[in-house]
Amino acid sequence: MSYIDSFALSLPEIILSFGAIVLMLAAAWMGDKASKAISWVSVLLLAGAGLALLGPAGSGGLGYDGLYVADPFAAFAKLLIYVGAAVAILVAPGFFNRDGEMRAEYPVLILLSAVGMGTMVSAVDLLTLYVGLELQSLAAYVLASFLRRDDRSAEAGLKYFVLGALASGILLYGISLLYGFSGTTSFVGVAAAMKASMGSGLLFGLVFVLAGLAFKISAVPFHMWTPDVYEGAPTPVTAFFASAPKVAAMALTVRVAIEAMGPATGEWRQIIIFCALASTILGAVGAIGQTNIKRLLAYSSINNVGFALFGLVAGTAYGASAVMTYMTVYIVMTLGSLICVLQMRTADGTPTEQIAALSGLSRTRPALAAAFAIFMFSLAGIPPLFGFWPKFMVFDALVRVDMWPLAMIGIATSVIGAFYYLKIVKTIYFDEPAGVLAPSRSMIEGVLIALAALFVSPLGYLMIGPLGRITQTAANALF
Amino acid sequence: MNQLGFPILSIMLAVPLVAALWCLFAPGEGEAKARSARVTALAASLIDLVLGGVLWANYEVGGARWQFIERADVFGRFSWALGIDGIALMLIVLTVFLVPLCILASWTSIQKRVPEYMAVFLLTELLMLGVFVAQDLFLFYIMFEGGLIPMYMIIGIWGGARRIYASYKFFLYTLLGSVLMLIAMLYMAQTAGTTFIPTLMAFNFSSQAQLWLFLAFFASFAVKMPMWPVHTWLPDAHVEAPTAGSVILAGVMLKLAGYGFIRFSLPMFPEASAHYMWLIFALSMIATVYTSLVALVQKDMKKLIAYSSVAHMALVTFGLFAFNRQGIEGAMMVMLGHGLVSSALFLCVGVVYDRLHTREIARYGGLATNMPAYATFFLFFTMASVGLPGLSNFPGEFLSMMGTYEISSWAAFIAVTGIITGAAYMLYLYRRICFGPQTNADAAAMSDLDKREWLVLAPLAAAVLWMGVYPESFLSPMRADVGALLERIHPAAPASDAALTVPHAAPAAAVAGER
Repeated sequence: MSYIDSFALSLPEIILSFGAIVLMLAAAWMGDKASKAISWVSVLLLAGAGLALLGPAGSGGLGYDGLYVADPFAAFAKLLIYVGAAVAILVAPGFFNRDGEMRAEYPVLILLSAVGMGTMVSAVDLLTLYVGLELQSLAAYVLASFLRRDDRSAEAGLKYFVLGALASGILLYGISLLYGFSGTTSFVGVAAAMKASMGSGLLFGLVFVLAGLAFKISAVPFHMWTPDVYEGAPTPVTAFFASAPKVAAMALTVRVAIEAMGPATGEWRQIIIFCALASTILGAVGAIGQTNIKRLLAYSSINNVGFALFGLVAGTAYGASAVMTYMTVYIVMTLGSLICVLQMRTADGTPTEQIAALSGLSRTRPALAAAFAIFMFSLAGIPPLFGFWPKFMVFDALVRVDMWPLAMIGIATSVIGAFYYLKIVKTIYFDEPAGVLAPSRSMIEGVLIALAALFVSPLGYLMIGPLGRITQTAANALF
Repeated sequence: MNQLGFPILSIMLAVPLVAALWCLFAPGEGEAKARSARVTALAASLIDLVLGGVLWANYEVGGARWQFIERADVFGRFSWALGIDGIALMLIVLTVFLVPLCILASWTSIQKRVPEYMAVFLLTELLMLGVFVAQDLFLFYIMFEGGLIPMYMIIGIWGGARRIYASYKFFLYTLLGSVLMLIAMLYMAQTAGTTFIPTLMAFNFSSQAQLWLFLAFFASFAVKMPMWPVHTWLPDAHVEAPTAGSVILAGVMLKLAGYGFIRFSLPMFPEASAHYMWLIFALSMIATVYTSLVALVQKDMKKLIAYSSVAHMALVTFGLFAFNRQGIEGAMMVMLGHGLVSSALFLCVGVVYDRLHTREIARYGGLATNMPAYATFFLFFTMASVGLPGLSNFPGEFLSMMGTYEISSWAAFIAVTGIITGAAYMLYLYRRICFGPQTNADAAAMSDLDKREWLVLAPLAAAVLWMGVYPESFLSPMRADVGALLERIHPAAPASDAALTVPHAAPAAAVAGER
């Protein structure tokens, strides 16, 4: 295969990389006053990258001598990633403009991170995986501390960096073990070695790699950074962290578990079961005492990752498609609720993150309150909202492989989670108005919230058919 | 399509939905919007009432088992499959009958956030009707579970002092029960390869699987029913909910569980039903005795009626698991009768609550003097609740106990004590409120029923009388369906302890063979 063909396979990444470099130069020459134009161009670039997935980049197969793959699974994950990234760019000006912190580098960093994520989900080699992961993470560390003058933001960035570096180290150690004991870094090669004989060296490698990846999806016991980083990072960045990188890391985990470690399913299944159960329980219990809405949503994301992992536990194509369905609906719900958080501003425009500020929101801003309630009930997985469907899918995947006792336990933990989502609804609807929040003027945020709310409303059920077909095609690419 | 030529069931579901959206988004402000919401809600519920009447009138007794069938495969994995049998028909009629009364009862007592209230109420109606008409397993689940959200809102926003505690307890209790049922449903859909309820009702699950599946469904229905010891959410929810919320909770929501037992537990897991019969009977016996005694000592009117609901629901579970025609038909009649009578009693409580804003029994007394019409209605419904022959609860209670006696004389013995204690606490309640000296001046000054309250209580009284005098109207649509159910569960029926034999019914050879 010539390099031209390989380039065609990675066209989305190429568009985004070149675009990011050009925009970086533009930012350097034109300064922050061009940030608006740069944001819109970035969104266009993401749309262009998304369109490029229709070509060979969508299902062209292996490229770069077996380092990179363009299959429907990667394409679908990239689509979700680009949506998450675009939303994170669109909502940023409303947040940063207030204190003149909107700088032209913001969209560029998101684009670079998107390149990294695209590489992650297309990786079929441990080294591609690592390069993609680092590219994504480095951009993310900077984004977390984007509010330079804010202590919490700086702390979040530092904390994310230190713990992220540790996780990268663990991952790299696992990769070196896998390489040492199998003699190859390609997923197929590792799988072949595991099939031949599952020695303790490979087993240790598997454990370390999964530990590194668990950090990236923030599954318990590697979740500790999540609440702090989500709370400290600027809200648009939090929205970004909770959506696109989650999808990328989750898709990567699924691909590694199935393509590279398929023969060792029995081994990793125990780890994933533990992570899934611990995440759903700890994510639910940890959220109960929170008073900051962003911390609460951080725990909610831990909780949701746990549920998505249940789909992986099944280890089947149907299970993988359930994971992708889960992530699709999850990013809509989480982006929606974080944009609602963006709307929480006092009369002088200061953002507030206290749950108490939401008291009686239904009286003062009924539309926002209704959207918030829809997202909360949907995150809790209560029908008839669409958030029920992904939970249905993952547990269905478990039941199909006769793991219904686990499904019973798993779904029982969702009741603990329902408690704190109910708490938000209670604050919004049952409590007396606090009168802290002022009306918002942002059109973009309003439109995005409305779109997300419509998606998770019962209307979403009409998409079960098409969504099921797409995710099933994506998942079949792994098997 | 169906015998009417138009999708009547979908329209019945669409009417409340459209009206709810209109209540929320109609132009207008303040009082004008509130008034238009009230009128919209009443109109929508009356349209559904008319449609319910059309449904009943066009239902062919002795016709196809499933009528008014609709099906659209719009959800990929499951379908919008609707259809009713006689059992569902009667519960639908009950629902559409009660909702307009609820809206009338809330006409003046709800003053804050009226458009939201009406919208949520209509959505509740939609979801409850959805439960009864769903022919698809997962559509049923979505409707069944979805009912939690509006009810949570009704209790939490418009409820009393401890509304938040009550709303949480209601939501989480019922959710925990229901999620286990979902896993069981996934297993069933997987094993049987279909989500179509009529097919599943004829599918034979292995005996081992039935035991587990039954328990998972039982977890959900026992909480919803509610059965002792998972009934504790009910008194809290009833006490804190606004009057109309209590009515819909007692009148229809509790029936969802009984309907679930008839639709799922019995026909789909007949062997397990027989296996667990004693579990059900034991819980029902405890509930009968315990909750009746608890009701006897209540100081709060709504709590007393709530506990009496638990006791009445025990009669339903007795009847359902008696595995004979009298029991099952009796259970259905108790559900319908209780739906009317407990609703009426809650509305009676609402009438005096609106005037004095307390539910404490001791604050009233001697109301028969200054509120003669009210006292008459209240007495009428009290008598119906006690099970006076000629009123709605008698046929059901009698049939249900007869069915129970046929299979277990001990269970029937305990069940009958519920009737006695039931008479005790209801008459005691009535004496304290309506008779005796007028010790409280403010209670003595209350005015009698106004026109609106007459309009709410009179139809209920008429229905109660109708059901008591001519129960055949309600039994005949269900007869064939109960027969089909009996045919299905008969092979698994447990042995009766009374060893009753009916000489002319059994063939002579079989009787001789037994000897």
